[in-house]
Amino acid sequence: MLQDAVHTLIHLLVAFLLPPALGSVIARTKAVVAGRAGPPLLQPYYDLARLCRKGSVFSKTTTWMFKAGPVVSLASSMLAVLFIPLGAHGPLFGFSGDVLLLVYLFGLGRFFTASAALDTGSAFEGMGAAREVSYAALAEPAFFFGLIVLCRITGSAELGVMLGPSLGAAWIAASAPLAMVCVAWMVVLLVENSRVPFDDPRTHLELTMVHEVMVLDHSGPAFGLIQYGAAVKLQLYAAILVRAALPISTGNAWLDWLVFVAGLAALAIAIGLCESTLARLRLTGIPKFLVGAGLASAFAVILLAR
Amino acid sequence: MTQVLLVLAILLALCSGAPALVGPRLSGGRQRLAAGLNVLAGVLALCAVAVSALEDAGIVPLTVTAPWLMRGCGLDGMQRWFIVPIAVLGPCASVYGVGYWPQASHPENGRKVSLFLGMMFAGLLTIVCSRNTWPFLFGWEAMALSAFFLVATEDDDPAVRRASWHYLVATHCTTLSLFAIFALMRAETGTFNFGPLPDTVPIGTSNGLFLLALFGFGIKAGVFGVHVWLPSAHASAPSHVSAMLSGFVLKIGIFGLLRVLLWLPHPQLWWGGVLLGLGTVSALYGVVAALGQHDLKRLLAYHSVENIGIILMGLGVGLLGRSLGRTDLLVLGLSGALLHVWNHCFFKSLLFFSAGSVVHAAHTRTIDDLGGLLRSMPWTGLAFLVGAVAICGLPPLNGFVSELLVYLGLLRLATHQTGLHWLAGALAAPALALVGALAVACFVKVLGAVFLGEPRTAAARHATEAPRSMRVPMAILAGLCLAIGLASPLLEPLLDGAVATWTPHAHVRLLAPLGSVSLAAAALLLLIALLALWLGRRLRKSGSAGAVTWDCGYALPTSRMQYTAASFADILTGLFGWVLKPINHVTFPSGPFPRRASFSSHVTDIAFDHVIQPLADRGFDAMQRLRTLQSGHTQAYIVYIFVALTALLWW
Repeated sequence: MLQDAVHTLIHLLVAFLLPPALGSVIARTKAVVAGRAGPPLLQPYYDLARLCRKGSVFSKTTTWMFKAGPVVSLASSMLAVLFIPLGAHGPLFGFSGDVLLLVYLFGLGRFFTASAALDTGSAFEGMGAAREVSYAALAEPAFFFGLIVLCRITGSAELGVMLGPSLGAAWIAASAPLAMVCVAWMVVLLVENSRVPFDDPRTHLELTMVHEVMVLDHSGPAFGLIQYGAAVKLQLYAAILVRAALPISTGNAWLDWLVFVAGLAALAIAIGLCESTLARLRLTGIPKFLVGAGLASAFAVILLAR
Repeated sequence: MTQVLLVLAILLALCSGAPALVGPRLSGGRQRLAAGLNVLAGVLALCAVAVSALEDAGIVPLTVTAPWLMRGCGLDGMQRWFIVPIAVLGPCASVYGVGYWPQASHPENGRKVSLFLGMMFAGLLTIVCSRNTWPFLFGWEAMALSAFFLVATEDDDPAVRRASWHYLVATHCTTLSLFAIFALMRAETGTFNFGPLPDTVPIGTSNGLFLLALFGFGIKAGVFGVHVWLPSAHASAPSHVSAMLSGFVLKIGIFGLLRVLLWLPHPQLWWGGVLLGLGTVSALYGVVAALGQHDLKRLLAYHSVENIGIILMGLGVGLLGRSLGRTDLLVLGLSGALLHVWNHCFFKSLLFFSAGSVVHAAHTRTIDDLGGLLRSMPWTGLAFLVGAVAICGLPPLNGFVSELLVYLGLLRLATHQTGLHWLAGALAAPALALVGALAVACFVKVLGAVFLGEPRTAAARHATEAPRSMRVPMAILAGLCLAIGLASPLLEPLLDGAVATWTPHAHVRLLAPLGSVSLAAAALLLLIALLALWLGRRLRKSGSAGAVTWDCGYALPTSRMQYTAASFADILTGLFGWVLKPINHVTFPSGPFPRRASFSSHVTDIAFDHVIQPLADRGFDAMQRLRTLQSGHTQAYIVYIFVALTALLWW
């Protein structure tokens, strides 16, 4: 009983306090590859604290929709996290079909983020919003075919079961489809979280950006919500991918936490290496890449039909 | 009791527009009277549903016998399920019409609109509660013809005349196949009363009836391929009529299909497959075509094609479940489709109402001529936002609940073990996810271009909020969208009753986590409220300032610099150019001092512009040869009659 309470507490802490650290691991990896020292690992937390204290500037064009954007997108990510297993630790809540809740919560977040961007009336932010919703639409089948593979293998539409203990055995029986799904999901993760090669948050040239350009006008606490929400979302996708690729449960709850955090760190380093070694794709190349990822996971479904 | 209430409701609705006919042209009072009568009719119909449900449960005894007119007209679960949305929507549309299409400012057609609106309402009620061919066809024609007159309201505009003409052709095709269906059924059963066909019916007849029903009712529902009448009719009609058309007239096609499918013996596996495939194509095509539209109401109309597709997908899963002997698939698919009928009725009419308010205020339907309306029309904007979130199937609103049921059916199909049927589910579910994501793109585009940013034209700048008679129906529908999202378990008894007409002992509760969905929706709203409170407090504490939008150092942004809806959708319309086949008109700048350059682009309808129109043109050419018979001389026609009579006598 006490054991359960402690692990629930750790679950919440990992789910809501760890996300910014993921970003700093990526930043540190990139710095090391480039031969720099890089910012301290706690830098994202300092940034969030600073943003919360700062004053804000709002465009006179904007309405309440502009403030609703960060709020709703963070709320939907935070709710979605509760349905995700963290490593071998099952989700806090779950029901048959919660996987659809997850997909549509992302949709809700996207709807409000993009609407908030359009609320400024800025051409640049409109451009970013258009790219965001278009690429996300193309990434949706890639993500969903993967879910179908897991659903068919485990016979359930509940995330806790789909990414649960039976996945380990499934890797032996259906390793090829699962590997293809992991590759496709890696692409989805990079797109949805605006990482290189699909997007580059560092370039301050609005014409080349996707996600970051949508939040040009946000400042202060609202911008803090956006940054934190982005971190939560990244960890959410990372947790799903880590669990799908590494469905180990050691039997020891503490060791399971260690495995999960190590998996997250490894994924963050992999993302950092990707960012250091790859160039950004041309904008017109992104849809082709996404359709390719969708086809990869569609083939994974076909492989199950043998 | 049920019958008496229903007959009263139908009569009230039928006559609601009559008092205005004898009154003065500009009387607003008669129009309010019509709206009041329709509200009363709606309340009576809802009472009838309640009484009939209580009668079925044995709580109220069947005391009053049916009047001769409606003998044999009781209500089963399916009929109750379809009466509720029409009884909500009819009065809402009528009340909305008082503000939107007042007789005082439309002397030439105001009375016509309220007369036919009531008739359409009455016709729809008659169709749903009839248990015999005759009232069904009578109601069908009343509905179809009054819809024609309503679409043709502004018949001085050639585009409107064209749209209503297309609608008339389409609806006659439906009626023709209805005659065929009912005649065939009469031949098999020997009676005009509705009921299951005997098992002795050959498989060929059963298949034929299925195809006829799919064609006939498919036209009315706006299934892809035969949806061609739908976009222009919805765009041309006054907005409260569009809301009725999209909200319920399309669903009457689904209702008919459901009834006939239930009666057909020997359900074949391919029926479900065809419905699922057709549904998927409709859903995808509807949303892609909507992305390319520039006209607000046309865009909403294409989304009806999409949502009818989602309903058909649910039906397809249900039929596949029936053929495979999987009751769980049948219950999930059917209840998903049925719940989506309600949901689409509520959010789509909400969207048409709010689009109507926009048209009413800014006098244009062109999306790129609007902008910034959320500030001048806060209630309409909020209503549109609720409708948009609901139609995208996003939590915490109602669209999510019904799409979840359809998804659960598809996912269960995808885990079916024998044969390759599971592939249908495994391919359709991601397609539905793609539809959802494209719908988000489309509605962000509309919301952004119409309600957010800066007004793009003077008309949009001077728009004012709609009057109360238009806001109240919107508030009711928005409230229903939220209520179904938050409390779907309350609908279970009614939904189970409707599904029970197909399979006894249906319990949605055992298969779908409606309670958990409601809890999640409530949790989401709570989280949003908490975060909003936190942000509000932080903003007050740390202070905020106003400025112009950051446009990369540009100090004086104008409203023309905003991203337009067309640019917004360009990536996706470009990717789907092979379906949309856009037509571009470009005038390039030329010479050393170019003065004028222009670019315009509009997408075509693949079924209408590339299949039906060419076919119709060719058919018209072929028929030209027959025109020699049409000499115009009366004597010639008398000769034709003589020849025909003689030939008939011989035969």
